[in-house]
Amino acid sequence: MTHAAVAASAMRPPFPAERGVDVYNKKLGMWVFLGSEVMFFTALIGSYVILRFGAPGPWALPGKVLNIPVTAFNTFLLICSSVSMVKAYAAIANGDQKWLKIWFGLTILCGAGFVAVQAYEYTHLIHHGFLPSGYRDGSELAELAAANPVMYGQAVAGLYGSTFFTMTGFHGFHVTCGVISMLYLYVTRVLPGKYTKDDHAGVEVVGLYWHFVDLVWIILFTIVYLI
Amino acid sequence: MHTAQPHKHPNYLLIWLYLFLLTVAELGLAFELPISRNMKLILLLFLAVWKALLVALFFMHLKFERWNLRILAIVPLPLAAILILAVITEHIW
Repeated sequence: MTHAAVAASAMRPPFPAERGVDVYNKKLGMWVFLGSEVMFFTALIGSYVILRFGAPGPWALPGKVLNIPVTAFNTFLLICSSVSMVKAYAAIANGDQKWLKIWFGLTILCGAGFVAVQAYEYTHLIHHGFLPSGYRDGSELAELAAANPVMYGQAVAGLYGSTFFTMTGFHGFHVTCGVISMLYLYVTRVLPGKYTKDDHAGVEVVGLYWHFVDLVWIILFTIVYLI
Repeated sequence: MHTAQPHKHPNYLLIWLYLFLLTVAELGLAFELPISRNMKLILLLFLAVWKALLVALFFMHLKFERWNLRILAIVPLPLAAILILAVITEHIW
């Protein structure tokens, strides 16, 4: 036996490989990635909690600074995109190319709509003087906060601004990545009809990511905008 | 290629309707219902977790997956809960 063969034999596991979780690698990889994403967003939410509970004054009351109707509409858009994504998956699982294209396209539109509305929201907030560093001096919000310091959380405006823009910004970044990924799949795989009833792993894997992004928004919407 | 475990697709539009109604309930609870702030906080978090579970179980198909994949998905949650509880109680220490 050659030296290489002896070395290879020595490195072989002493037991036969066991069956794993019985899912294909891409899906398993996505679930492991989502596990790491849970910890990423937990770190952000944990930082938010500790900053809010330990702040020297109360946070601004819900709806005083942030535009709730616009964000509620955005939440509705994201929920719609989640259902259209799962309908796209159900369509191709039944071999239906036509409805895969329709539902997948709708998902991309809703996702892009979410990003556009968030860009509008940021522009609107910054225009009114809400920045990551707090309320801009001389702005409409700064004047309102000076008149009602408790209601607008004047003492902790910097913490409020930085946590708000960090959390929603990172979420928006994830949504943007999802939209770009879906657009790529739509052009290269969905439109040419490359997904079939027996091979549609890409739809399922990108769908898992997309639903996770929706799930995170459900939590963020409550703790950032409503509480 | 084998993808998801074979299962009958649930009524996804019904799940969407639940999510929509729960969101409306959250908005009503946050701005219309005259209850204490602590009670509001608990109810809003309960509704958010309920919605998140609907998405995970039905849209991400965890309800229909094998138990070992469910465990893989659930493993980070206790760690996340420990971190959040630790920071919530930080001011006590």
